Amino acid sequence: MMLLDYILTSVAIGMTFLLGCTGEILTEKAGHLNLGIPGIMCIGGASGCLALKACYDLPGFLAVIIAIIAAILGGALMGAIYSFLTVTLKANQNVTGLAMTTFGVGVTKYVMNGMAINATRNYLYALKYFRAPFASADTGLKYWGIMMYLAIGIALASAYVLTRTRVGLHLRAVGENPATADAVGINVTAYKYGATCIGSAVAALGGLYYIMDYMGSMEAYKTIEALGWLSVALVIFTLWRPQISIIGSIIFGLLYLAGTRIPTLLGINLGMSATPLLQMLPYLVTIVVLIITSIGKKRENQPPASLGLSYFREER
Amino acid sequence: MKENAKKFELPFHVVKRSTIPVWKSMLFRVIAVVAALLLCSILSLLMIDANPFKFIVTMFDGAFGSSRRIWKFAKDACVLLCIALAITPAFKMRFWNIGAEGQTLIGALAAVAVVIHGKGLPNWLLLVLMFLAAILVGAVWGGIPAVFKAIWGTNETLFTLMMNYVATGLVSYYLLLWTPSGSSVLGRLDQGHLPILGHEYLLLILLVLLLTAAVYVYQKYTKQGYEISVVGESENTANYIGINVKKVIIRTMLISGAICGFAGFLIVGALDHSVAVTSVGGMGFTAIMVSWLAKFNPLIMIGTSAFITFLDQGAAQVTSTFNVDSAFPDMVVGIVLFFIIGCEFFIHYQLKFKTREEAAIPAPIKSEKSESEGGNA
Repeated sequence: MMLLDYILTSVAIGMTFLLGCTGEILTEKAGHLNLGIPGIMCIGGASGCLALKACYDLPGFLAVIIAIIAAILGGALMGAIYSFLTVTLKANQNVTGLAMTTFGVGVTKYVMNGMAINATRNYLYALKYFRAPFASADTGLKYWGIMMYLAIGIALASAYVLTRTRVGLHLRAVGENPATADAVGINVTAYKYGATCIGSAVAALGGLYYIMDYMGSMEAYKTIEALGWLSVALVIFTLWRPQISIIGSIIFGLLYLAGTRIPTLLGINLGMSATPLLQMLPYLVTIVVLIITSIGKKRENQPPASLGLSYFREER
Repeated sequence: MKENAKKFELPFHVVKRSTIPVWKSMLFRVIAVVAALLLCSILSLLMIDANPFKFIVTMFDGAFGSSRRIWKFAKDACVLLCIALAITPAFKMRFWNIGAEGQTLIGALAAVAVVIHGKGLPNWLLLVLMFLAAILVGAVWGGIPAVFKAIWGTNETLFTLMMNYVATGLVSYYLLLWTPSGSSVLGRLDQGHLPILGHEYLLLILLVLLLTAAVYVYQKYTKQGYEISVVGESENTANYIGINVKKVIIRTMLISGAICGFAGFLIVGALDHSVAVTSVGGMGFTAIMVSWLAKFNPLIMIGTSAFITFLDQGAAQVTSTFNVDSAFPDMVVGIVLFFIIGCEFFIHYQLKFKTREEAAIPAPIKSEKSESEGGNA
């Protein structure tokens, strides 16, 4: 029973990684390494919660839909800022991304603290709608809310679009070699903007899911940033494939909770000091995976060839 | 197809500049900063009802309002500068070391470990051991990703980032071990303090300025510094002229990690006399901005680290004067950074507006033959 609960909860936390990771994959496929994803996930959570607070008197399902749309818009707006700086103004992607994260985390703290001060009618009322249909379960099943199915749907849809459609083919061409893509008449700028904004919107949903489904607390926004960085790392773990990221995110979920769950599961008392060591597991595993994939060097497992580079048509 | 959509043309086109006078590039940056601060003050007007003039005055008051604030300003700027100096050689080599946070933290942890296990040793010996332990552990922390990068090309951005979290985990582990109550808050250590010269922070400031000069000379006038810039510009060129790229990558990251460790030593020896998970407090990331804004020039970094510290401290003063949330400084810094990052475009590129005659001539029609399969240029 405890093992089942552990697995159910891990799948749930994994969905936060899945949304962040799918968003980052879409962005990276266009050749943009967006290190702003942690900040964007925070913004997604904050804008969703703001919308929920405003929709207090509306019927539950409507509030949920509006919150999801708000998170998408918040994420897309951040994505638009990022694309404007890196695509149009050709700024350095790493630096821009880090600035996005600083900014996003700051704004989120500001918004969420503001809502915490005036805590009447707070956004947590919507928890039971987000956690539908299993909201009243007493195991980890209660986290299996509507956004989880949305997350899996988005990941599968992204995988389909990337590998089976013309749009996906063009997007991958832009990420591999924008000059060639430009030469065959693909609108490179439009694809870069589109992929980054959609990717950011998807990642932003991850923040909302984490606050309103998995955590369900007013303090949740403080830990989104660390999860965001793990999502970015998960992209490499899954070799830029959204369908693999479904499994990868669940594995990350299991590892993420291993520190707190495994000792009780095995009925052993490791002592309190061992907990931080177990909590390092997902990071250590990511490092090992990074190393293994880099040693492997299979061509289809490599990042998009132009990842991190700005494209300027007149340069050769 | 939609002919109208195809005919739409911007009234200018973008051209890369070959050179730009220094005064002009500085002017662009100043304009960007002024514009950003203007936007921040308008935002503050909307959000917290503070008038823009008072906003700017409060920013300056927060950073330079009293001698205590000036010292604090200088100290914060120097710690930030020290970490920025550490990552600069690596960044110049295009090695994206975003693990300065962890390298500094682990250095601080090592220094604290020396004090805890070295009770009874004379202070000078303790300080020497702390120094050595901190730079050694910092170098190892930076060296591990470098070795993998050099041999297998492992992605260093994520590797160094993950090392941050491993360092954080180790710090919380040792804090639990060292605090018998399990509170994991380590009190102020009573040993291993750096001597005080005149003012509490003076020695720290002097040491960091000395280090700035050293890194400047290292980058500009030594063979190793030259090798770093060649590897950063083009690895192929470096290989071709007989530079051992792997060796340069590993050596540079060892130095980078060691300086981070030194920053950790300073934090323990001169400031906090303790360690916590938040000892570095995000400076490892801010330092990247400091270094990048200064185009990796250590002397200019004195200015950029002072500038970012000014924003941080000034905005913090705004939060207390106008009683707004403590997250406000992060937002201000974020907005200013966006503007500065954006203004780099105007330094490297130029907008050439089309004259009327040029605009009248239809743009050359794109070849429509690309529909045939010969498109893979």
